[in-house]
Amino acid sequence: MPEMQISQERIDYLKSRRNRKNAIILLRVIIVVGFFALWEVSARLGWIDAFIMSSPSRMAETVANLYISGDLFLHIGMSCLETVIGFLLGTLAGTLIAVALWNSPFLSKVLDPYLVVLNSLPKTALGPIFIVWIGAGPSSIIAMTLAISLIVTILDVHNGFLSTDPEKVKLMRTLGATKRQILFKLVLPANFATMINALKVNVGLSWVGVIMGEFLVSKAGLGYLIVYGSQVFKMDLVMATVIILAVAAALMYQCILLLEKALKKYIGVTS
Amino acid sequence: MSVLMEHLSKTYQSPDGEVCAVSDVTLNIQDGEFISIVGPSGCGKSTLLSMVAGLETPSSGAVYIDGEEICGTSTKIGFMPQRDHLFPWRTIWGNVTLGLELRRGKSTEQLNHVSELLSRYGLSGFAQKTPSQLSGGMRQRCALIRTLATDPRILLLDEPFSALDYQTRLSVSDDINTIIRSEGKTALMVTHDISESISMSDKVVVLSERPAVIKAIFDLSEFRGVSPMERRNHDRFKQYFNDIWKELDLGA
Repeated sequence: MPEMQISQERIDYLKSRRNRKNAIILLRVIIVVGFFALWEVSARLGWIDAFIMSSPSRMAETVANLYISGDLFLHIGMSCLETVIGFLLGTLAGTLIAVALWNSPFLSKVLDPYLVVLNSLPKTALGPIFIVWIGAGPSSIIAMTLAISLIVTILDVHNGFLSTDPEKVKLMRTLGATKRQILFKLVLPANFATMINALKVNVGLSWVGVIMGEFLVSKAGLGYLIVYGSQVFKMDLVMATVIILAVAAALMYQCILLLEKALKKYIGVTS
Repeated sequence: MSVLMEHLSKTYQSPDGEVCAVSDVTLNIQDGEFISIVGPSGCGKSTLLSMVAGLETPSSGAVYIDGEEICGTSTKIGFMPQRDHLFPWRTIWGNVTLGLELRRGKSTEQLNHVSELLSRYGLSGFAQKTPSQLSGGMRQRCALIRTLATDPRILLLDEPFSALDYQTRLSVSDDINTIIRSEGKTALMVTHDISESISMSDKVVVLSERPAVIKAIFDLSEFRGVSPMERRNHDRFKQYFNDIWKELDLGA
């Protein structure tokens, strides 16, 4: 085995890199711990009104009570389920419609102004309509998330499809490809990144739709807890739920990143 | 296989008016012949090639292959685009067998033919690699093998080396010339590089500015069997270059 010679410069470089990385992690921890500590101290010393602003210990107590009563995971699960159904349906339906538009440029031209109008419409305005049509329940909430994510998915994915290299399409045609083969063997794999991106954007949009929907109509869910808490002036419940929501949304996003990695490995190269 | 273009014209319609890209081109390519088409950029060279490939229908005139009029793409014709266009989500093997897959013709015999081509041109060790792991020249050879996999008799090359750097270009054009000659294919290449056209072909066809008409045809049959590299050093090379250059330059 040849002797590895590592220069002093290299050692210094690696060391400074490691130091920098550690400093970043440390500072991140200090910020979050400091924030909650300051909050707690301010509440205890009476600098802020704990009834209005709540405090970490009061929030922890609220969460513990929710857990004991068995409602905690009911609410988290409900909201997560609605979100997952929402972004999966939104991405799937949006992609299917984008395929239809790609297949027929004429149809796409006809529908263009409608998509533009629907895209600029604030979708939350449709909430009350869904409740009347579909009824007060999870179905209305999922309809809400679909309304928010569907149009933007169609536009993004369709744009991606259209920007597929025309020279590659030409090559496929000279090799005798049918339109269906061009779709499955070129357009879809070439736009894998576009579709994953749409999925990621839709996770965020779905959360907006779910919380919005739960504000309007629900008997369970994180949005329900927030509205209920504010109505009965239990700010501990409102604040605690917002923090749970932040954690749940962040975890879900991380799951999507893992899924993306796995899919990339699977689709990346096929022989 | 011979190709005959008879009074071929193509006019594009658009709301702003009509553009005549190709006007009354008649050209005959013998079996096993290598013909280059040179012309100023935007003169309609690629349009001509697309019509022979069956990707575009001529406004008037027709293309015949062995006396048979073509309509639509055909297995007899292979097309090689400007860049290699290997799909990054497929291995080299997945890429070179793409044509067979699309035509649902993955018989053992055909697959053997492809692996034979790969090993003959020094790529068999790379079958399971991804395109990004190969050099530009190797990728271009893979692109040619992808075209050859379906065993077309006629090859259409659309500025096949324009995306390569000069050095790679010289060696790849040498390689590809060898491959095309040894497989006995009929070839039609579009280029704007005069030296490339002289170094590879049996005839050079000079097109005019748009709408493209044939201005002159140079017969290089004295160079038959001489490799591109040797041709570039030949005494007569410069003479041909100047003649073609003058023909292109007229009226510019």
